[in-house]
Amino acid sequence: MADFGFKLSKSSTLDLDRTDTRVYDILCKTDPDIRTCMACGSCSASCTAAPFCGMSMRKVILALQRGQDVRPMLGKCMLCGKCTMVCPRGINTRHLILSICKYYD
Amino acid sequence: MKNIVIIGGGVAGMEAARQLLALGYTPIIVEKANALGGHVASWYRLFPDMTPASEIISRLKKEIAPANVFTGTKVISISREKGDYSLTLDNGVSILAGAVLFATGFKVFDASKKEEYGYGVYDRVITNRDLEAWLSGGEDKRISAPKAIGFVHCVGSRDLKAGNSQCSKVCCTTAIKQAIEMKEKFPKAEIYCFYMDLRLFGKKYEDFYINAQRDFGVHFIRGRVSEVGETIDGRLQVKAEDTLSGKPLKVQVDNLVLMSGMVCNQSVSELVRQARLDIDDDGFLRSRNNIFDILESNRPGIFYAGACTGTKTVPETLAEARAAALEIHNYLQNG
Ligand SMILES: Cc1cc2nc3c(=O)[nH]c(=O)nc-3n(C[C@H](O)[C@H](O)[C@H](O)COP(=O)(O)OP(=O)(O)OC[C@H]3O[C@@H](n4cnc5c(N)ncnc54)[C@H](O)[C@@H]3O)c2cc1C
Ligand code: SF4
Ligand code: SF4
Ligand code: SF4
Repeated sequence: MADFGFKLSKSSTLDLDRTDTRVYDILCKTDPDIRTCMACGSCSASCTAAPFCGMSMRKVILALQRGQDVRPMLGKCMLCGKCTMVCPRGINTRHLILSICKYYD
Repeated sequence: MKNIVIIGGGVAGMEAARQLLALGYTPIIVEKANALGGHVASWYRLFPDMTPASEIISRLKKEIAPANVFTGTKVISISREKGDYSLTLDNGVSILAGAVLFATGFKVFDASKKEEYGYGVYDRVITNRDLEAWLSGGEDKRISAPKAIGFVHCVGSRDLKAGNSQCSKVCCTTAIKQAIEMKEKFPKAEIYCFYMDLRLFGKKYEDFYINAQRDFGVHFIRGRVSEVGETIDGRLQVKAEDTLSGKPLKVQVDNLVLMSGMVCNQSVSELVRQARLDIDDDGFLRSRNNIFDILESNRPGIFYAGACTGTKTVPETLAEARAAALEIHNYLQNG
């Protein structure tokens, strides 16, 4: 292909009208508490895996809400459950991780 | 017994009158609108318990029946006369009062000043006030079976360019209340609240938020709406940054509700000048001290209650009005 000296970049805009939230909607049934996440970041701050590989339950929940694939991030979780212990909204994040795994199984 | 004049017949003025009646006075209320009630009279239900606003207003009206009420009337002059104040009303009446209570309230920010949100330009952009009127049973052709609704927080508040650096305090909770109400009416509609911080300071307000998330599935998006445009089919395209993802975000909605803030009521500036009262940096009436003497002005015998000194909720306004009645009573007893 001819090189015109520039490339086209894909827009990074999140378009909520074209967001496929099916996975999130299903998880809202098994884990209804996830709707109450307030993005405080306590889970990510306490996560044992976070400092080494960027695991973040806050980002997982946000990614689900934005229709993104969370599997790459989940592979980094050690299921230690610390995030669940600190969540001020009482969200069982560990259970959520298991529900996500079950869904993709 | 000396006269007490209350300027403004919103919930602040009415509650102060109710307490003064209980203390044995017959206060005079001067209200410029044709009916008592102020802003609350045009709200539908009040957060966080969804109390019908009309219940509060009709109860207050009933209980202050023995007071002297002038509606559709303005105070045109006020001056100090020995220890008292001489007031002239636009109906020709003049009153000598031992104490005057300013209960002149606030104004709702004019949303059309934030041009980027398109109020008055795009048909389906409405305000919190318009929505309260519609919820109360008013007609509004702009609202018809919406599939998606957006709420824009902080319109005209926390905005130096709009001339108002303060947080208007009640609008986060109002947005949540109205989001729930819209979800009750249109259960299938997606609802997005665009916020910078959620300020839910009052008793039960945080529960109200959890309720909106868990039971109504309202989406909260952290980011201030930057601009709004209209699509070919008359819907609204909303742009903001999803600051939690760090990415630009767009969504189409059928109605966009602007949460216009509470700003100072500049229509009292002439009275303020005549009575030589101080104005605060935010344009509201300046209390003698913001902790101990919120209800006192810089002039003896002139008192404040409610939203004339800053944004207040209804229960805060009522509490201030009761306290102001007592301050006036003490002043007249000792003064
Ligand atoms: C959209 C919206 C929704 C809200 N919902 C809630 C809620 O659900 N719960 C809650 O707790 N709070 C709510 N609030 C706040 C509530 O409206 C205020 O707390 C309340 O109105 C304050 O009462 P007020 O009597 O001090 O002022 P106002 O309601 O503004 O009344 C002032 C009165 O004084 C009169 N007046 C003004 N100037 C003069 C003058 N020069 N001469 C004579 N009369 C004059 C006015 O006509 C008016 O009747 C809401 C506010 C907004 C903007
Ligand atoms: S369970 Fe997973 S996400 Fe939660 S703290 Fe442990 S490693 Fe982190
Ligand atoms: S700790 Fe709980 S509320 Fe906070 S971000 Fe994590 S899941 Fe959400
Ligand atoms: S109460 Fe909420 S919406 Fe209103 S100005 Fe403050 S932060 Fe903004």
